[in-house]
Amino acid sequence: MKEFGAILYNELIKTIRRPRSFIGFGVITFICLMLQGAFYHDGKEILSFVTGQLDNIFTVEGKVLNGNLICFVVLQTLIVQMPLLVALVTGDLVSGETASGTIRFLLTRPASRTKIVLAKWIAGLFYTLLLLILLGIFALFVSRAIFGTGDMMALNSEGLTIIRGDDINWRWGGAFLIAFLALGVVSSLANMLSCIMDNSITPIVTVMAIIIVFTIIGMFDLPSFDVIKPYLFTTHMISWRSLFEDPVPIHDIVFSCVVLLVHIIVFVSISIFYFNRKDISA
Amino acid sequence: MSIAIQLQSVTKKFKDFTAVDQLSFIVNTGEIYGFLGPNGSGKSTSLRMMMGLIKPSDGNIFLFENALATHRSSIMRRVGCIIEKPDFYNYLSAKENIKLFVRANQLNYTAKDYDALFDLVGLRGREADKVKTYSHGMKQRLGLAQTLLHNPDLIILDEPNTGLDPQGIIDLRYLLLKLNQEQGKTILFSSHILSEVQEICNSMIVINKGKAVAQGKVADLLSLEKLHVVIEVNDEEKMKRILRESQYATFFEKNVGNEFWMNMSKSQIAPFVQLLIENNLEVCRVDYKNQLEAYFLKITQS
Repeated sequence: MKEFGAILYNELIKTIRRPRSFIGFGVITFICLMLQGAFYHDGKEILSFVTGQLDNIFTVEGKVLNGNLICFVVLQTLIVQMPLLVALVTGDLVSGETASGTIRFLLTRPASRTKIVLAKWIAGLFYTLLLLILLGIFALFVSRAIFGTGDMMALNSEGLTIIRGDDINWRWGGAFLIAFLALGVVSSLANMLSCIMDNSITPIVTVMAIIIVFTIIGMFDLPSFDVIKPYLFTTHMISWRSLFEDPVPIHDIVFSCVVLLVHIIVFVSISIFYFNRKDISA
Repeated sequence: MSIAIQLQSVTKKFKDFTAVDQLSFIVNTGEIYGFLGPNGSGKSTSLRMMMGLIKPSDGNIFLFENALATHRSSIMRRVGCIIEKPDFYNYLSAKENIKLFVRANQLNYTAKDYDALFDLVGLRGREADKVKTYSHGMKQRLGLAQTLLHNPDLIILDEPNTGLDPQGIIDLRYLLLKLNQEQGKTILFSSHILSEVQEICNSMIVINKGKAVAQGKVADLLSLEKLHVVIEVNDEEKMKRILRESQYATFFEKNVGNEFWMNMSKSQIAPFVQLLIENNLEVCRVDYKNQLEAYFLKITQS
């Protein structure tokens, strides 16, 4: 256990100190600040365009443009970028070391290959968590500090739902937890491909290709696609939005979490299996 | 004497290509063992198999008389190595890199220990610099620090003097001899600088196309080898006469003026020179090509 702790600590240091890790932090900070700036200047006009059509039916009172709504918009916007940012670092954890040759030093130490893969996988999850924490700080807390808090209008597939301000914090907690699980799948997939491939770029590109293909399958209502859709991890990556429905579809959310967890277990198992049999000839 | 490394009919195939073919050899503890072979001979593949980076297709590898396949973890605590070339995390400093390895080996290093290690490899004062600013020679030194930091019983070095300056090569030679003679470390040493191998190794193996073509004590393998000896004297005619009248005529190859080319073993040089001096011939120069180099070329090209 002490040995695993030491390897994990090494992996965390390497993950955090790598220059490419800061790209993710920078992108998230920039996008959040950019959207907040845009909403600060033009938010009322954007919102009146959306709510204008509802004015004839409802009377909307209070501060609609608040931190909760901004966070909801930011999270929806970053749904495509976040997996890329995660894969950029986690897809390189093993293959990057294979390409640079440092893997030889790593594998000629006493620790087993299984421990090394697990340490790298946890380091990848840790990086994913850091990205989400940064997103939470900027998208939710900074937005609330700038725009204030209040009831949130959530527009989703079921229509428009108004979530009361005093009933929203647990939903955000759950949403970020599910987002972590979803990005954990991306991280595990990237780590698995990183174990299989010997260069840094291919795992990252392959992860994005898989996400794009699965997302396209999810977009079409074809009977042949409908069979596989429930088992694609991309279908469940956006299930955090279900927490902003009323009533909350608990069963759907639990099913999504189970599918995501199964994906993580499968990807990690393949990583361990493959890496233990891999010849390091680079 | 116990055995540090033993390979038993080790074979490695990559699809249809056989990189290492039924390779067997033994390195006893306390030896400095040379591991030689031309490019593509299967040397690196063999070293990688000994370090558990590549799994053999067939055969067994034992280190410290334990099977590598089943005792890898305990074996690796006693082994330090540089395989191929030393690669580090370029975005970290030399000391931060070493700290990673210290932690991976679960060692407790004090500031003094770090200073001593960087002193040993001649990098004291540069340890805070990022590795990306290091030259290849400096990386070699850092690689050596990484190899030695856990005080291993067996040191495996693949081309450790590549990129080192002349002083670095000499320092490395004395360091390896010191580690071997004073601390009894076993060293497996692979290099293309054959004079270095001849200088420091007790035993050696030469492999070619994945197979062992020669192995044994360096002195035994080279004792029967004829050298290309160049002897320069002050009198061409007198030298020719001495040659005609002595048993050394059979060793004569050719002469260019006062420069005589001979084919003789190392042990025959001194008596021949003695004979020339006794016949009042002035010997201006005795020179010969590295013996191991000639031997290596002969057996790998045959």
